Amino acid sequence: MELVLTIAIGVLTGSGIWLLLRPRTFQVIIGLSLLSYAVNLFIFAMGRLAVDVAPVLEDGTGNSDPLPQALVLTAIVIGFATTALFLVVLLANRGFSGTDHVDGREPPP
Amino acid sequence: MNLAAHLVMLPVLLPLVAAALMLPLGERRRPLKVMLNLASTLALVAVAVALAMRAGTGAVDVYRLGDWPAPFAIVLVADRLAALMLLATSVLAFCSLLFSLARWHRVGVHFHPLFQFLLMGLNGAFLTGDLFNLFVFFEVLLVASYGLALHGSGSRRVQAGMHYIAVNLAASLLFLLGVSLIYGVAGTLNMADLALRIPAIAPADRPLLEAGAALLGTAFLTKAAAWPLGFWLEDTYAAASAPVAALFAIMSKLGVYAIARVWLLLFGVAAGPSAGLGADWLLAAGIATLVFGMLGVLAAQEMARLAANSVLVSSGLLIAMIAVGNAEVIGAAFYYLVVSTFALGAFFLLVELADRGRSAAADILAVTREAFGEDEDEADDGEVGVAIPATMALLGLAFLACALLLAGLPPLAGFIGKFMLLDALFAALTPAAGLAPAVAWLLLALLLLSSFATLIAMSRAGLNRFWAPLEPRVPRVRIIEMVPVALLLAACAVLTVAAGPALDYAGAAARALIAPQDYVEGVLPPPATPEVAP
Repeated sequence: MELVLTIAIGVLTGSGIWLLLRPRTFQVIIGLSLLSYAVNLFIFAMGRLAVDVAPVLEDGTGNSDPLPQALVLTAIVIGFATTALFLVVLLANRGFSGTDHVDGREPPP
Repeated sequence: MNLAAHLVMLPVLLPLVAAALMLPLGERRRPLKVMLNLASTLALVAVAVALAMRAGTGAVDVYRLGDWPAPFAIVLVADRLAALMLLATSVLAFCSLLFSLARWHRVGVHFHPLFQFLLMGLNGAFLTGDLFNLFVFFEVLLVASYGLALHGSGSRRVQAGMHYIAVNLAASLLFLLGVSLIYGVAGTLNMADLALRIPAIAPADRPLLEAGAALLGTAFLTKAAAWPLGFWLEDTYAAASAPVAALFAIMSKLGVYAIARVWLLLFGVAAGPSAGLGADWLLAAGIATLVFGMLGVLAAQEMARLAANSVLVSSGLLIAMIAVGNAEVIGAAFYYLVVSTFALGAFFLLVELADRGRSAAADILAVTREAFGEDEDEADDGEVGVAIPATMALLGLAFLACALLLAGLPPLAGFIGKFMLLDALFAALTPAAGLAPAVAWLLLALLLLSSFATLIAMSRAGLNRFWAPLEPRVPRVRIIEMVPVALLLAACAVLTVAAGPALDYAGAAARALIAPQDYVEGVLPPPATPEVAP
């Protein structure tokens, strides 16, 4: 369980950073999305991993930490909104500059 | 219901309600939106004054949302520093709003709701008492600022805006990582609770906590545009429309505020083994930003870039001064923070007025008019206010005042701020203060050098623009555009005349940050503390 989650976060972060550093705007936005998935999983893991436990207090059965789950929900919503906004800016930039390069002009060949 | 107890909530609630009311109104009902926006912003000034007067007596106003006890509930805290920042924000916002009414609020859609949302985010971030809500309010203000940075459209703004958004999204992810690491180790996100728990963190967990704090600090430094995280700032601020750029002058100060608040509260002298974590890094980042901004000021060709680089200079100066960690130095830094925010705001507005007659800025305006219809401008010319005579003389005078304020020359408040910083640094040179002499001398030298660099750059820009311009065209300036500049400069003049009380207030704010017992006990009343330590 821990290993799977760790590898997932690692792969997502690695791919995200790689894409974030690429010169095309679409790659940048996919990179940011992957990074935000990684961050969401990470927040979740900070509440400690537990299987088959509800995030509410019940007698005797133990509980998982509800706070990181609430934080993740907030982070997902905010991430979703900002990604959508970034997409709009990306398209506007494509319209103005006629290229999908992040600097708005193609590098000299 | 006791209204005074709910005063702390108003700086967040008021802009939220105003913006929500404005959203469904179409662009045709703009006069109504203007009224709402003006009313809300003026009310915010009044609320901020009331809060500052309460906080000035040393009271820490804590507002528990839903009235749950503190470590569980979300709290808003208005202490001296928060009230000071609220006041600076609302005054600056009022002035840039007035300025925008002449023409800028018409060049794009949803200017007024975004303006109020930005204020809500700023006010919330200054007031919040826990780290996750700091993140939420940061996001609120950033999303609004993305919209405002693009206000008026045009390829230059969209280009700069995209870089700005990408960098800030990445920084927000670092912020989240830092927050979750701190939560994973300490088990709380309430700042006062964290301040109590951090000294007792097990040594094995400490590296994780410090890594989380470092990530959080990186995110804050990105917002404060510290070198090398601040390359987004110059283009974005220089490209943004004038009233937006003026309002953005407080946004980089929010990064500085967050560093001062979180770092001094969580890693102050009481933090046990983690005390002063990363002080050297902060100092280095501040000095590097100061030097970079200084070179940028000297190299700037356009006045808008000169203004943007002046933001870097003041940001770097403040970060370095906070890293010194001495109450007198930080108190003087807070005073300087307010002065430089007002001066930068006035300067950004002035730059647009002075550049208006020239072709480069005219190009940008032409683009925005193309994008959003040009019918209104001709029709409305002269309706909002009349063009004033002796324009160049007034603009030149205002420019001179900005130059004096930013370079820190007498007789204005910029001089008093820098002089108090120098004085406090000299006082900190004694061995008891614990500041390395080399560092203090370096800061002293940089403080004077940066003033000198600003003076050179401002004189050059002033000579080229006002004294011996290449294309001597007098820009058409309306009274409503000159009034906000004059108001901001008048605020600086008030800070000059009332320097004594203002410095006392800032000094008390700094001392309360260094020794945060009042803050912690205000949020967590003493009966709650025994169960905190495990």
